[in-house]
Amino acid sequence: MIDIANLTKHFGPKVAVDNLSLSVQKGQVLGFLGPNGAGKSTAMRMITGYLPPTSGSIVIGGIDMLEDPNAAKALIGYLPESAPLYQDMTVEGFLSFAAELRGLDGQRRRDAVGNALATCFLEGVRRQSIDTLSKGYRHRTCLAQAIIHDPEVLILDEPTDGLDPNQKDVVRNLIRHMGKTKAIIFSTHILEEVEACCTRAVIIDRGKVVADGTPDHLKRHAARAGSVTVRFQNAPGGLRQDLEKLKYGARLEAVETAGSTLSAVVYPKTKADASNLSAEIYELARSRNLALSELHEEPGRLDEMFRELTSQNKV
Amino acid sequence: MRNIFIIFKRELKSYFNNPLAYVLIIIFSLLSMGLTFVIGDFLKMNDASLTSFFFFHPWIYMIFGPAIGMRLWSEEHRMGTTELLLTMPISAWQAIVGKFLAACVVLAAALLSTISIVFTVYYLGKPDGQMIVSGYIGSFLVGASSIAITCAISAFTRNQISCLLVAVAVCFVLVLAGFPRVTEFLRPNFPALADIGNSVSFWWHQSEMARGIIRLQSPVYLLSLIGFSLYLTGVIIRGKRS
Repeated sequence: MIDIANLTKHFGPKVAVDNLSLSVQKGQVLGFLGPNGAGKSTAMRMITGYLPPTSGSIVIGGIDMLEDPNAAKALIGYLPESAPLYQDMTVEGFLSFAAELRGLDGQRRRDAVGNALATCFLEGVRRQSIDTLSKGYRHRTCLAQAIIHDPEVLILDEPTDGLDPNQKDVVRNLIRHMGKTKAIIFSTHILEEVEACCTRAVIIDRGKVVADGTPDHLKRHAARAGSVTVRFQNAPGGLRQDLEKLKYGARLEAVETAGSTLSAVVYPKTKADASNLSAEIYELARSRNLALSELHEEPGRLDEMFRELTSQNKV
Repeated sequence: MRNIFIIFKRELKSYFNNPLAYVLIIIFSLLSMGLTFVIGDFLKMNDASLTSFFFFHPWIYMIFGPAIGMRLWSEEHRMGTTELLLTMPISAWQAIVGKFLAACVVLAAALLSTISIVFTVYYLGKPDGQMIVSGYIGSFLVGASSIAITCAISAFTRNQISCLLVAVAVCFVLVLAGFPRVTEFLRPNFPALADIGNSVSFWWHQSEMARGIIRLQSPVYLLSLIGFSLYLTGVIIRGKRS
C-alpha cells in the first residue's frame, strides 16, 4: 500500500531525510522509531503529501503522490504531530467538515461522523467547542478526523503523545485493531508501544534507516540478547570454572556467590547459540544433580537496541 | 467547485462565530456614514449623489481589508491546521479561493449595512442610479483587492498583528499613490510617475467608478490585482513547505 523509494529531503544544507526506502503492506503496522529530530515527522509529512520531497518517490496504493496528489491523499488518513484543530468549531462540526472534504455527503457523512465519534470515545463531547476540550480529547478528535473516511492507509505521528495511560491503551488497541485491515505507519518514542502493537519496527537516525524488522527480530540484536542468567542453590567449588568451559558459552559476567548460591550471566559465543547454551547449562545441572533455581534466556530489549543504534556519534 | 464551497462555508461560519466580524461591519458602517456627514458635508453639498460617501472608502479599506483578511492564513499557520488542510484531497488553490470568498462575504455584508444612505439620497433628490451601482461595485472591488493583498501577506506569517501592520502599509501606499495631492506634486517633474500612481491606486480607480465612469480598465486592474494576490498566496504557501 505504501511504497517509498529513495526519499530525500533537504532543508537548506541540512539533510532531514536521507535516501529512505520503505514499503508497508495491508495488515502491517509499522512503528517508526528514532530520537527527536531524526526525521520521522519530515518523512511522514512527505508521505502524506504535505511536504514536497527533494528527491525520491512516494506511491500510495499504486498512485504516485507527486503525479496525482489528490487521488493519493484520498487514500490516507493523517494525524499530524501536534494534532491541529479548528478551535472555534464543535467536535461534531469539525468531523463533519473533515468528512465533507473527504467527499462524504448526506447519510454517509452522518454515519461516518457517528462511527468516528464512537470509535474514538468522543460521544460525550460531540457538541462541545474544541477550544474547551482537554488535550486527550483534542488528540482523539484529530485521530477521529484521520479515520473518518475509513482510509486504507493511516499515518499517525505520535498518536499517544500527551495521553494518560488509559487513553494510551485505548489508542493502542485501536491501532492494533485497525492494523488488521489497513497499512499503518505510526511514530513514537515509547518503546513498549512498538512491542505492543507493531508487526514491524523501523529505527531511523539522522534521516537514515538504521534497523528494520519485527520487534522481536530487533531485540535479538541488542548486546545483551541471548545471554543466559543462571542461579544454582547448592553450588560446589569448581562450578564457576565449569561454567567458563561450556561448549556454547563465551564468557561469564556478574558472577555472585552468597553462601552456597552462585548466580551469573553467561554469554553465548554467537546469538544463535543462546538456546543451545541454556540446554547445555540445564544438562550440566541435571547430570551433577545441582539445584537450578533460575535459568533465563534474555530475549533482548528494544530500548537497549535503540540506544546502541542511535547514540553513536552524538555530540 | 465543491471543495471551494466546503472551505468557504467553514470559513464563513468561523467569521460569524467570532465577534470580530460584527465589530468590523459596525465600525465600517458607522465610519463610512459618519465621515460622509461630518467631514464630507453630505447635506451641504446639495448634490444628490454618493460621491462624498465613496470618497472615504479607500481610506477605510486601508484598515478594514487587512483587519478582515489577517486571519485567513496566519490563523491556520498558528494553529497548525495548514498541515491538516493541505493533506486533505483538495488543492491549495481551492482552499485559497474558498477562504477569500468568505472574507468577501463579510465585505459585502459591511457594504450592505450602508444601504440606508442610498435611501437617504433617493429621499433627498433624484440621484443617478447607475453612478450608485458603479460606485458600490468599485468599492467592493477595492475592498476585495485589499483583502486579497492581505491574504498573500498572511500566508507569510503566523502572527496576525504583523500581517495587519504590513498589509495596512501596503494598502496605504496603494491608496496614496493616486491621491490628488500626491499626483499633483509628482506631475510637474515626473509625469510618468504620476500616471503610474494613478493607474495602480485604489483611490483613483474607486473615484473613477464612483463618478459613474465605467471604463474597462478599473475592474480589469482590480480583478487582476486580486488574481495576482491569490496566485501569490499559493506560491508563498508552496514555498513555505519546501
